[in-house]
Order: sequence, then structure tokens, then C-alpha cells
Amino acid sequence: MTESLQAAREAPANDIESLIGREYEQGFVTDIESETLPPGLDEEVVARVSEIKREPAFMLEWRLDAYRRWREMREPNWASLAITPIDYQAISYYSAPKSKEDAPKSLDEVDPKLLETYEKLGIPLEERAVLAGVAVDAVFDSVSVATTFKDRLASEGIIFCSFSEAVQDHPELVRGYLGSVVPRSDNFFAALNSAVFTDGSFVYVPKGVRCPMELSTYFRINAANTGQFERTLIVADEGSYVSYLEGCTAPMRDENQLHAAVVELVALEGATIKYSTVQNWYPGDENGVGGIYNFVTKRGECRGARSKISWTQVETGSAITWKYPSCVLRGDDSVGEFYSVAVTHHHQQADTGTKMIHLGRNTRSNIVSKGISAGRSRNAYRGLVQVGRGASAARNYTQCDSLLMGDRCAAHTFPYMEVKNPGARVEHEATTSKIGEDQLFYCMSRGLSAEDAVSMIVNGFCKDVFNELPMEFAVEARNLLNVSLEGAIG
Amino acid sequence: MLEISDLHVAVDGDPILKGVDLSVRPGEVHAVMGPNGSGKSSLCHVLAGREGYEVTAGGVAYEGEDLLALEPDDRARRGIFLAFQYPVEIPGVNNAYFLKAAVNAVRRARGDDELDAIDFMQLMREKVKLVDMDEGLLRRPLNEGFSGGEKKRNEILQMMLLDPRLAILDETDSGLDIDALRIVADGVNALRSPDRAFVVVTHHERFLEYVVPDRVHVLYEGRIARSGGRTLARELEERGYGHLRQERVA
Repeated sequence: MTESLQAAREAPANDIESLIGREYEQGFVTDIESETLPPGLDEEVVARVSEIKREPAFMLEWRLDAYRRWREMREPNWASLAITPIDYQAISYYSAPKSKEDAPKSLDEVDPKLLETYEKLGIPLEERAVLAGVAVDAVFDSVSVATTFKDRLASEGIIFCSFSEAVQDHPELVRGYLGSVVPRSDNFFAALNSAVFTDGSFVYVPKGVRCPMELSTYFRINAANTGQFERTLIVADEGSYVSYLEGCTAPMRDENQLHAAVVELVALEGATIKYSTVQNWYPGDENGVGGIYNFVTKRGECRGARSKISWTQVETGSAITWKYPSCVLRGDDSVGEFYSVAVTHHHQQADTGTKMIHLGRNTRSNIVSKGISAGRSRNAYRGLVQVGRGASAARNYTQCDSLLMGDRCAAHTFPYMEVKNPGARVEHEATTSKIGEDQLFYCMSRGLSAEDAVSMIVNGFCKDVFNELPMEFAVEARNLLNVSLEGAIG
Repeated sequence: MLEISDLHVAVDGDPILKGVDLSVRPGEVHAVMGPNGSGKSSLCHVLAGREGYEVTAGGVAYEGEDLLALEPDDRARRGIFLAFQYPVEIPGVNNAYFLKAAVNAVRRARGDDELDAIDFMQLMREKVKLVDMDEGLLRRPLNEGFSGGEKKRNEILQMMLLDPRLAILDETDSGLDIDALRIVADGVNALRSPDRAFVVVTHHERFLEYVVPDRVHVLYEGRIARSGGRTLARELEERGYGHLRQERVA
């Protein structure tokens, strides 16, 4: 009471302070009883996770194999990141809201507190679902709590469900595709995820079907001291189309939390998958305390001819981001795209980019990366364009632009190219600029506040990427960018 | 309305303005002329609030307030407008979107309702015709790839939309062909009114044939060396600025 009164009294005193004060609006904790495993990781914990999820034997075997491989691996250290060592035995590997015992069949059965959480996130489920025609598979900590529009999708033969449900209801599909793009031993974090992942989303779009709506999942880390390890698998069968949106937020905590997700996409002949992410995990405070460690493996395979995979990401959150959404262009004439905006402020660090692996003939890839650094942050683009011997007439175009705000931040670009086919054409363009005082003054001399001016200039800088986002996501991305860069100039 | 008194300004320690006095009343048009490097653009920038100019002495009052204490956006909202000599390009920012944001920022500050997209488009179309600007430029990124003349027309369009009390034109006429010059001048003349004032910085006497000033000032080596009526501009056209030095020495 005293505190809130004081806050109310102080707020109007300094507008900028109060603006900065609302920097991380999603930083609340939902008070729901959780079932949580004690911290630590061994074969028993892996088995327990599998047991809680009532998984078939093949899943347990798969997890244990991943765990054994992970034990032999070391964390990668090649990224341009300074990471406080992570104690993997201090993390709890399972946390679920208690209400999962009697899983809700409709929104009415969903814990009202959960729905409240989504409200605060600005995604009222019903409204979003009904008005925007978005089917939302909401992942709260580790268990899916609400899935909408399932019927509509089912009538087209589309499967859109939590990963756990997919394991129960469509084991043959899971078995056929799980780990086929990101193998269990792909890297340290992918192996860890494979051993202990608790839930995520599963999508299957049958032959020739164009998914009639954007599929959307909101991930949210809630319980303290729990890592979140989701796993997403999207399979687009021949000639199908699907657009998938992923949004993330996490509450504010002083300690760092680990997030190690894996996303696998498979596009068969003539199929298109568009995958959009807005990542707003808690970035830590202005002194670099707390924040999410985001180590994510995202990879898509254009397995069939003329298939296409397009990644679009807006990364504004997390203390550390380690993420390279990639495309393996196996099918002839397949296309891979990567559009990225990565914003770092205060003490955030991002090392992000993509890999385009050209294997098929006439494969094409396009990379547009926009990095914005403010405060004392570090922002690196790391990209690999690889053209195999058989990838005749492969083409790549890469454009990397960095925008610096202030003089204490850093931006780096690490482009790698390995070309084994002489007929390939690989182009790379990079620019680095400081946010112009000229531009700022020009905007302000027309009556725009410094904050609005920065927001406008930065949004203009990111336009090529925002244009790739579905409409309602683009609006959210723009708002996020503004919140993330508050106080960056002035 | 605008009272500049004994204004001294330095950039990186070098004195640029060395005691400028200028008094502008509502309804007046003041022309400021002078050779290159005399401080004309600096004066414009100081009035609009650009960073990097250090006021070492003197001051500026605008409608009774200390103008120099205000941020550039505050000045704009209180009715000061600067038409830039070199309008700035902002990639990715749609021209019409920018104009709408600016107009509404100023309207908010004045206590007027913000214009919605439809009302704004209507207003903009009306003004675009007055400056004979290609409507296609409204959909392009702000000033990016605009020709010199297109940029200047865009400045005049902004001036018309923002409806300022004091408009400062920093060599808006330079680099324009005769048709464009006339259009810019028509734009200024259309806005002349008893409660609006202009400070027009120009190199060319010809511009003042279209925009007839009430007073002409010659800025020379950081000071107003001479002030006079319309005829002063003609005299300068004939005699150049050189004689000012001799006058000062004498």
C-alpha cells in the first residue's frame, strides 16, 4: 500500500522515469499451484518426465539416448557471448500447472488465472480466436492448456495440437519426423532439449491443403527456476501451405532462466512453411541482472522439390540469444528465406543469424538481417551460406544492416561462405550506421518527441523485415521495439 | 513575437554569431541575406533548437518565453517551423505516415482533436495541389530519392500542414528552377496572415520579387550589418556584399 502510493506520487514527477519504469510490462508472476520436479538431471529424471507424459516406449528410449549423448557433450563456446556458467543440476526439468489432471475441453474450463495472464499479455484468447481467426495453442510452462479452432482445422485434415497429444494420438507421425531435421546429438542444447523437452506444438498439414488460418502459439515461462524446453515439429506435406506464429514472454526474475527449444520444420515437394517469431523473453534489468538465456535450435528442411521455408524473427528480449534458424535446401528449386530484426539494449547480448545449406540444384536463399544495438549491448550477426557440389546454379543474397544507438554498444557481422559449386552466385552486403542526429533533429523539428522520432526511424530501418510478418504480428512487433528501446537516446 | 537580442553562438568553440539583434512582429516577413559563411544557416538552426550550437551570450524570446530553453519538438508544437536547406532522408518511413504523425503531434499540443486517416488524407490532397507535388511522393519513403525540387516542395507541404506561427525558410529557394521557385513563393504568400511571421533566408534577390519582405537584413561576419526595406535587396544585388566591409571599417 505504502509502496504503491509512493509510486503513484513519484510517477508524474518525471515522465521519462515512469516510461522506463514500465519497460517490461509482462513481468508479473501468476500464482498457480505447480507440480514441479526437484532440481537436477539424471536418467531417472528423464524417465520421470516421460512417465508423467505417459509416453510410449520409443519416446523414452529416444530421450535416454539423447541424455547419454548430451552427457558427453560440452557447451559451444564459439559465439560472441559472455555467459555466466550454467549449473544444469540446479534446474528443475518439469513444471506444470496442477489443473492438467483434468485437461480443459473448452475455454470455460481453463483456470481463470491463466486466462488473466493471457489478458495481461494482450492476447485475450476468445477475442483473438474469434475476431482475428487465429487458432491459439497456448503453452503455459510445460503443458498445453487451451487449443482452439481444432475442429475447423480437423475438417481440413490438419493436425494442430500440443506435442504431448501428438505423441499419444499420432505416434507414427512423431516417430517418422522427430529428430529428422535436428538430430538428438546436433548440439549441446538440442541434445538437452531432446532428453527433457516437456511440451510444444505439433502441426501436420496434409497433401494439397492450404491452412485456412495463421496458427499461433504463445509460450510463456512462469515457474521460478524451471527451464523451458519446448519442441515444435511442423510437417507440410506435398503441395501444402502453412503460416505459423510464435510469441514469447517471461516474467521478471533476478536469476537467469534457461530456455533451450528445438523447432523442426519439414517441407515436402511443393510445400511452403512460413514461420514467424516475436521473442520478448525477459531481457534482465538495466544493470544486466536476470533475464532469459535463450539457446534455440531452429532448422527447416526443404525436403522436396520446389518447397519453401521462410523464417521471420523479431528478437527484442532475452539476456542472451543464441539462435540460428536455418534451412537445408535439399529439394531442387527449393527456396530458403531468413528475415530478422534483433534488438539489444542495456547489457543484452545476441549472437544470431542463419545457415543456408544449398544441396539441390537451382536452390535459392535470401537473408535480410537488421541488428539494432543500444546501451552497452552486443549484437552479432553470424551466418553461413554453404553450397554443396551438386547445388548447381544455387543463388544466395545476404543483406546485413546494423544500427547503433549511443557509443557504448557493439555490432559485429560474421558471414561465412563455403562454396563447392563453381556455378553458384553468392552475394553479401553489409552496412553499419549510427542513428543520425540529422534524422532525429528533422523529426523533432516537426513536433515529434525524441522517443517517437527514434521509434519512427528504427521502424523504418526494420521495414523490410516487418513487411514479412502477418499483419497483427507486425503491430505487436512495432510496439515491442518501442518498449525495448525506451530511454535508448536522450 | 520573436526577439533576438545580442545573440552570440559558437560551434566547437569557434564564434559564429557575434551579437545578432532581430525583432519580428506578427504579420511580418523578414528576409535575411548575406554571403556564404556569414552565419545564416546557424541562425536558423539555433532558432529551431539543433544540438551543437553553444549560446555564449544574449538570448531569444519567442512570444515572451525563453525560446532557447525549449526542446526542438516543443518549439515545433508552439508554432515554429524550419524549412530545411537540405531536407533529411529517412529510409523506410512513409512520407504520408510521417506527415500525419507530425500534424497530430502538433494538434495534440494545441488541444485540437487528432485527425483520422480519412480527414488527414483529405487535408493533404488539398495542400499537395497547392504545391503542385506528385501525389506518388506521399507513398514513398520520406525524402528518399526525391529530387532537389521535390524535397523543397515537400518542405513547403509540411509547412502548410503544420500551420506554424513563425516559419523560418533556410534557402528554400536555392537550387530551384523558375517554375518551382514560383510555386514555393506562392505557398509562402498563401500563408501570409496578420498573425503569422516569416524569416526568409535567401541568396537571391529574385525570390524577394515573389515573396516581398517587410524588412531586409544583411548578416555579415556574424552580425546584422545592415537593415532596410525592400530596396536594400536590390542594392545588394547590384553592389554585392564587398562594400559592407569597407562601410564597417569606415
